[in-house]
Amino acid sequence: MGKPDLSVEIAGIKLRNPVMTASGTFGYGKEFADYLDLERIGAIITKGLSLHPKAGNQTPRIVETPGGMLNAIGLQNVGIDAFIQEKLPFLRTVNTPVIVNLYGNTLEEYGELAEKLDKLPEVAGLEVNISCPNVKQGGIVFGTDPKAAYEVVSLVRQSTIKPLIVKLSPNVTNVVEMAHACVDAGADALSLINTLTGMAIDLQKRRPILANITGGLSGPAIKPVALRMVWQVAQAVEVPLIGIGGIMTATDALEFMLAGATAVQVGTANFLDPSAAQNIADGMEAYLEANGIADVKELIGALAT
Amino acid sequence: MQFKSMIISNIEVSPGYFRMKMTAPPAAGSASPGQFIMVRVRDAIDPLLRRPFGIFDLGTFATAYTDCGTQTYFEILYRVVGKGTDMLSSLHQGDVLDILGPLGKGFLPGDPSGEKILVGGGVGLAPLYYLAKEMVKTSRVRLFAGGRTKEDILCITEFERLGVETYVSTDDGTLGASGLVTEVLEKHLTAGIADKTIFACGPFPMLKATAEIAGRHDIPCQVSLEAYMACGVGACLGCVTKGRNHSNETPDYRCVCKDGPVFDYRELRWD
Repeated sequence: MGKPDLSVEIAGIKLRNPVMTASGTFGYGKEFADYLDLERIGAIITKGLSLHPKAGNQTPRIVETPGGMLNAIGLQNVGIDAFIQEKLPFLRTVNTPVIVNLYGNTLEEYGELAEKLDKLPEVAGLEVNISCPNVKQGGIVFGTDPKAAYEVVSLVRQSTIKPLIVKLSPNVTNVVEMAHACVDAGADALSLINTLTGMAIDLQKRRPILANITGGLSGPAIKPVALRMVWQVAQAVEVPLIGIGGIMTATDALEFMLAGATAVQVGTANFLDPSAAQNIADGMEAYLEANGIADVKELIGALAT
Repeated sequence: MQFKSMIISNIEVSPGYFRMKMTAPPAAGSASPGQFIMVRVRDAIDPLLRRPFGIFDLGTFATAYTDCGTQTYFEILYRVVGKGTDMLSSLHQGDVLDILGPLGKGFLPGDPSGEKILVGGGVGLAPLYYLAKEMVKTSRVRLFAGGRTKEDILCITEFERLGVETYVSTDDGTLGASGLVTEVLEKHLTAGIADKTIFACGPFPMLKATAEIAGRHDIPCQVSLEAYMACGVGACLGCVTKGRNHSNETPDYRCVCKDGPVFDYRELRWD
């Protein structure tokens, strides 16, 4: 048997392997170039981008929790114009698909941003963040109300012909309902899950640890929730899914594929091990080889229940 | 750079404060004073994140066990403050740690002819030792070390052995002068050489007071900040501090990990 085939395709974006880097955990790629080979991961998803530069929240913005971390960065980013001028030239030199995560304060901003990104040949696809739990306006409303989600995804759909991924929030009662709304509005793929809203308290000070009071929980602690949601959504929709949530190892990634994900995103793991994404991709290949599996696609949704 | 490092020693130098010496690859020897490393205290998901530590010392010793006949090592000086540092303090010689670094921007020593003034608060002394070691070769170096109590005054003998003139103060007066380190600093500034530079590391209020003194006396001053950080490479944006031009409309956040941890005090906002 030759080398196993790790390639997958998400909404027309061809990935050499299923491992992407999650938005907000991998900067604009360059930050990690010293630690891994950017051409050995499936895709780079950039830090959430808005129309105008965004300051983000006050500090403290992060706190570690058992098996995870809370963050409330507040979508600090350079804005689309600086992204094009300062960040894109490097990404252009890397032979790996670049997916831009985008975020708007208003419906109109989502549309305008998608239009601008649509014109950039370097951008392989868009991932729409309708689910950031850490900003006051916008995000959370779109991410938890199926009607609002339908509206924003429809508008982005009209503004771009690029592959359109929508990132779902887990902070809802019925994730399947949200998934349906996004697919009906024209999403080519769904990525899930974003962080779970949580908080941490300092007993001595009797104060919340994060300046924003609440933050998004990520890391191994949320993996079971993420697996459950990916599995539920996989039963309900036809579009490819990208599994996210506490993926630290190749085993974690392969579990998400069994649950129905076509690809995965590695997030928090990048923080503790900047070479995590590459190690996970290598580990997946080793698993396929060791188990005589010729094609990773055989595992997608192959969960026996 | 990411590498495995073996612990050479891990000694409690004062109650709750440890000094850990560990091996490093030869390339780590190029680290400059003020840079830091991120240590994974164990290969598990709890604690999840690495812990940042300033480089206390760095050097080589002769050994028969490497190809080049020398072994590069570095040391960190840390205080046990939580789960991560508690676990670190229980590690022994021969234990192996996963390290990221050297990271960030260090101190800029500047013109060797001037006087170098170090200001350290508690464990903030850590990066100043390696800096002093480099600077005593060419410059006059004075150290102002402060802490809440005598047990927070660390490694003063080591500084003195380098030839550094030391001024110790404690908030409760149990060692050295009674009062804040910045009060002692200002008292001793007046009768100095004209060409001075201040290098400070410690808690934020101490750095702020030091920055104010530097401003009043028009002395160049570099401060090393401490912050909670997740990645250490400028990606998570968890460790940011406000830059000089910061406003909500025109954000000017600097990453402590990547743009710092050492900053010219004029580059930051102190409110």
